[in-house]
Amino acid sequence: MTALLKVEDLRVAFGGTAVVDGVGFEVRRGECLALVGESGSGKSVTARTLVGLTGDGAAVEAGELSFAGRDLRRMRERAWRRIRGGRIGFVLQDALVSLDPLRPVGREVAEVLAAHTGLSRAARTARVAELLAEVGVPEPELRARQLPHELSGGLRQRALIATAIAAEPELIIADEPTTALDVTIQAQVLDLLARIKSEDRSLLIISHDLAVVARLADRVAVMKDGRIVEQGPADRVLRAPEHAYTRALLAAIPAEHTKGTRLSGPAEAVRLARPEPGDVVVRVDGAGKSFRGPDGVARAAVRDVSFTLRAGETVGIVGESGSGKTTTARIALGLTEPDTGSVEVRGRAWAGLGRAEARTLRRDIQVVYQDPLASFDPRYTVDKVLAEALAVAGVPRERRRERSVELLELVGLDERHLRRRPLHLSGGQRQRVAIARALAPEPAVLVCDEPVSALDVSVQAQVLDLLDDVQRRTGVAYLFISHDLGVIYHACDRVLVMKDGQVVEQGPVERVFREPEHHYTRELIAAIPRLTTA
Amino acid sequence: MRRIRPGVWLAALVLALLVLAAALPYLFTGQDPLTVDSGATLRPPSAEHLLGTDENGRDVFSRIVYGTRASLLLGFGAIAIALAAGGLLGVAAGLGNRFVENLIMRLSDVGLAFPELLLALVVITVAGGGTTNAVLAIGVANIPNYARVVRAQTLSIRRSTYVEAARALGLSGPRVVFRHVLPNAVKPVLILATIGVGTALVAGSALSFLGLGTPPPEPEWGSMLSTARAFISRAWWYGVFPGAAITLTVISVTVVGRALRLRSEGRTW
Repeated sequence: MTALLKVEDLRVAFGGTAVVDGVGFEVRRGECLALVGESGSGKSVTARTLVGLTGDGAAVEAGELSFAGRDLRRMRERAWRRIRGGRIGFVLQDALVSLDPLRPVGREVAEVLAAHTGLSRAARTARVAELLAEVGVPEPELRARQLPHELSGGLRQRALIATAIAAEPELIIADEPTTALDVTIQAQVLDLLARIKSEDRSLLIISHDLAVVARLADRVAVMKDGRIVEQGPADRVLRAPEHAYTRALLAAIPAEHTKGTRLSGPAEAVRLARPEPGDVVVRVDGAGKSFRGPDGVARAAVRDVSFTLRAGETVGIVGESGSGKTTTARIALGLTEPDTGSVEVRGRAWAGLGRAEARTLRRDIQVVYQDPLASFDPRYTVDKVLAEALAVAGVPRERRRERSVELLELVGLDERHLRRRPLHLSGGQRQRVAIARALAPEPAVLVCDEPVSALDVSVQAQVLDLLDDVQRRTGVAYLFISHDLGVIYHACDRVLVMKDGQVVEQGPVERVFREPEHHYTRELIAAIPRLTTA
Repeated sequence: MRRIRPGVWLAALVLALLVLAAALPYLFTGQDPLTVDSGATLRPPSAEHLLGTDENGRDVFSRIVYGTRASLLLGFGAIAIALAAGGLLGVAAGLGNRFVENLIMRLSDVGLAFPELLLALVVITVAGGGTTNAVLAIGVANIPNYARVVRAQTLSIRRSTYVEAARALGLSGPRVVFRHVLPNAVKPVLILATIGVGTALVAGSALSFLGLGTPPPEPEWGSMLSTARAFISRAWWYGVFPGAAITLTVISVTVVGRALRLRSEGRTW
């Protein structure tokens, strides 16, 4: 096997700051190399440099940067255009924003063919259908005429992959190709990528997710702060990592075996026992809700959902997008009124409460969102965010500052963060502030709607540990929504599996995961990309 | 604290001087803006008349200084009216039921169908001329623009996570509206407003030109500009300096407005 792509001592700097510093690797023919790292590690910049799209203001230097024997360093834009799409295909993360929203997907694929092949118009149309069929799009002739938003997330991603392979490039670069997808769809797309990799086609996959990488890659390079800290055969790197950072990354992934242990920092040998659950704080009984679609037909978002949540307990809701997780959370929060069934928080039902009474009851059940930044008024500093929450909770003005500092300390921040704006905090710090705000009224229940999905794995580990600490200290109950089964397994006592608005299975998390009764649960579990470490 | 760019300082200084000139014009000039001197008409700038004289021999500089009050009142007053009324109507339309929304939006469509100046003329015809009524007229004429933009903002903000978060926290409806929806909906409009100050100022001048705004011989930049048009080939200073005053005001408002906006977003100046 010869090296198709060779990179040596690559440096990329923006305005004098090096974001990629001395990176070197090679991709051989028929091989899949994975570039793994957290946000800001320089992995995406590296990928873009390989197709000459680093951007204006970037200073690129390299000891060697060659593709199929050609030096890429001094290449002109015209020559790049022949390579891009033609000999190197590029698959981006989000197909919805990467495909032209006003153009049928078939035209998008045909455009690549027009640019890189000599096919006639009729031949292109035929080839588009073949390509779409090849990436597993059903009814390819029909789908080719549809717009990106008319396709599901999985089909869109397939269409995008079809554009990348259309001109039969020797190398395909995929930047987080499955991050925006549900777990079962992710599994299908990973299978597709594995199939695409062949004798004469190589794959360079960029991902933050080690488990995804484990399924595809022959070799793995781990990046941190613009450097490659470790690279080698996938088996070796993932099973017997040499570098401390790789080990920390692997240890931070929540999964079955991490339950009851801390994810961040030194692993504790002793498993921490879960606190005994107390009184019932939330009781949802037969809740159902329908929404009217654009065609005027009512569709059930949630059907006959029942569960209870006790003080000090964590109940997870797991399911794919559109399964009704968030609607269930909003019903519990009293933000969406169910059509049928009842919801009680601490023994009081939302239904029939006056506005003032409902506001008082809201203090008992608070929420933490997936995107903390969007949940803060953009004009507010941390100080004002917390002061407002404390004001609602009835804390007198002169006590608010003191309480704010206490809350910040509870979530591992301090007084210095008071004057900052959420915009200027890191993702993990923002989520901590969101948790502090939610704790301000001293609620009995915290609804966490995908609280760690937007975070890097090491930050996710810290936030999960923090939630655990807070629960042990305050006895708050969590309703924990996630699409990530590893996170659910790690964090929850009991779990509800949702599909198409219904709870298909519920019970203690160990039981549901080890002996799933419903076939959908089994399907979900089978689809999780797994690391067989530890 | 953060460093403030010198340009912003300069613009703020200009605005401060303008406000001072509007309040206490005699601090800046010893000459009376209304004194006619038929022996010294259309004189070019000199030591005696810094910016020359007009067709009646009145000092252009002191007329500009004394005209500041009426001009600023037109620019800022009109936009303040448009912003306040447009903001409230826009938020009401964005949050209200279908009837309220349709009522406000169809009225604003009617307003938008007419040129601003024509609308202002309607108000003047009903209320009568004079500086105060001109401010009112231009303000009212601008309401539909602001109502529209604010409504669009409100529609997206009411569905935002932070509004839901505020509700989930237990804030009352009016508090959510006045603390979170209104300020955030009006924020982008403030940029529109900094530009609006300039156009309102010019629109006010047009009214004065038609004899419906500030009545002569009271000085006002716009009316000076209008009369100067007839003499532009013989006396460039007569038109150029009031025009420069308008331009300088608009630039200063824009620069200071932008700096304030960036600061409110917590970015550097």
